[in-house]
Amino acid sequence: MADPLLSVRDLVVEFPTRRGTLRALDRVSFDIMPGEVLGMVGESGAGKSITGSAIIGLIEPPGRIAGGEIRLKGERIDNLRPDALRKIRGKRIGMVFQDPLTSLNPLYTVAQQLIETIRTHIDCSEAEARKRAVALLDRVGIPAAERRIDDYPHHFSGGMRQRVVIALALCAEPELVIADEPTTALDVSVQSQIIEVLKDICAERGAAVMLITHDMGVIAETADRVAVLYAGRMAEIGPVREVITEALHPYTQGLMGSIPTLTQESDRLVQIPGSMPRLNAIPQGCAFNPRCDRAFAPCFTERPELLSPEPGRLAACWLHDPAKTQEVPHD
Amino acid sequence: MTEPLLKIEGLTRRFDVSKPWLNRVIEREEKQFLTANADVSFEIARGETFALVGESGSGKSTIAKMVVGLLPPSGGTITFDGQKIDTSAGIPRALRRRFQMIFQDPFASLNPRWRVGEIIAEPIRTFGLMNATDARKEAGRLLEVVGLSAGDVNKFPHEFSGGQRQRIAIARALSSKPEFIVCDEPTSALDVSVQAQILNLMRDLQDEFGLTYLLISHDLSVVRHMANRIGVLYLGRLVEVAQGKKLFTDPQHPYTRMLLDAVPDLALSGRRRRPVEGEIPNPISPPPGCAFHPRCPLVHDRCRHEVPLPQPTPIGQAACHALDKVAPA
Repeated sequence: MADPLLSVRDLVVEFPTRRGTLRALDRVSFDIMPGEVLGMVGESGAGKSITGSAIIGLIEPPGRIAGGEIRLKGERIDNLRPDALRKIRGKRIGMVFQDPLTSLNPLYTVAQQLIETIRTHIDCSEAEARKRAVALLDRVGIPAAERRIDDYPHHFSGGMRQRVVIALALCAEPELVIADEPTTALDVSVQSQIIEVLKDICAERGAAVMLITHDMGVIAETADRVAVLYAGRMAEIGPVREVITEALHPYTQGLMGSIPTLTQESDRLVQIPGSMPRLNAIPQGCAFNPRCDRAFAPCFTERPELLSPEPGRLAACWLHDPAKTQEVPHD
Repeated sequence: MTEPLLKIEGLTRRFDVSKPWLNRVIEREEKQFLTANADVSFEIARGETFALVGESGSGKSTIAKMVVGLLPPSGGTITFDGQKIDTSAGIPRALRRRFQMIFQDPFASLNPRWRVGEIIAEPIRTFGLMNATDARKEAGRLLEVVGLSAGDVNKFPHEFSGGQRQRIAIARALSSKPEFIVCDEPTSALDVSVQAQILNLMRDLQDEFGLTYLLISHDLSVVRHMANRIGVLYLGRLVEVAQGKKLFTDPQHPYTRMLLDAVPDLALSGRRRRPVEGEIPNPISPPPGCAFHPRCPLVHDRCRHEVPLPQPTPIGQAACHALDKVAPA
């Protein structure tokens, strides 16, 4: 097996507050292989976006990385000095945010923004950078790119703006693109166009994608593997098809059942009782234990580690530890 | 068929989006209007869930607001339970009690300075249905109906999570014992696991109290799960109305087909989706003829000039010229 492009180990992100320290991420570990699309799902507050921000070093103080390591091609990037990190951010890791209006500067034309970014990271002349920029806009599907490149962001519609942002994220040919809810602000008919562009263009250039979203439908159609976060902890990671059809973790099972689909026949949705605990009130043991109908003794005392009941799949649940289940037989 | 509970005919709403008078004079511009809804007609039978879907800007919420009387229509009629509502005079109080609304954002729709009990009892008080002590008891009972506890009447909205707040909003909507509830994107601000709880609750309440819902949503899978009949809106016009699940297996209008094609689904069909061409045009200057024609794969000459009228299809009705050829005259 090839070496991972990005490797995150036991990542802890903490936010000190007046009432004590909140752990937004608690020992999260995962890998992204070169060229792979890893989906990152979870409900709001589960820590999806924080994971993305931690990787590119954009956690807002007073939040901080309090433990663990992040390695890009084997090289640690979580403890770099700001200027060293700036060279990686944009150059080796591109970023697409949710709202295209906030990631584009309204006072500069698209050309100025793209050329500036290209010339910051790649050594080339202005004319050459412009040529690259036009080619890139054309590739992300902006009609008449040659002419529209001199427009300002407000001249573009939401979908077109998000295409510009994708061009901006890809212009320095990064190895990894972190896309944080890239289509949440868009309508469904435009959403599918954007996902298509993002997926194709990254595949073409061999860039890996970390796709952060709460929309399981998008993940199902886009990602190779999916990581499920719950209350700042990794609940399950595995190939997307298997996680959706036969999830290992009870939380993932409930989550998949609670999503209405376009083909299901049942009249009632599966519902998980309660809601995700607040970060200052995470129960002892497994964070999911108050909502889990299969919880047994060890779940209330010991936090489950990621176990691998099947090759290529990981789940943090004691049900998959034969030693534990033998101790206390459940139903 | 019995008399429909709600009947809407030719409902139209235009918004004046002109520049100020002085600018118009100087720049020699005409007044500009945004047509949010044009000639929308549908009926909702008692006890059913009718859903309206469409992308942003298609006029879903404008219809909801006109139905509950928050916005006067520019044209067309609304008939509730056989009584035509005179929109210029406002909705009569006796009728007003019989329909309620659940809004999208439970953080904005509950007054943060009121206790939950007062919030829920407000419609009871407004319509003078009970005395204060009974209203208070009723608020507690309603909280239990929606899955919270009666003791919560003394709490404030900020003590609840998003899903719980939406339950409070539902309890408030139920308190005046309405027959008809307009739900404007009731779950789009919620996480999926909470969304499932709310959708299940809405169904249970419908069975228990015999409610009729008008559900507004942009999420096709939610609509499929909840609705008996579905109306698809595009640029303020109703392009297709069909029976719930059939819309998903046998869509008639090309826009409906496109929309269904575009939705990412959990089914993992592995299909390579046809990416949709183009985006919704500007509603201030919609294309002439059929508003969908610039994006339509079946476009022909007639679509560019003539607005298609709704015509019956095997599963409901659709407004499309292309159906003329297929459907028997």
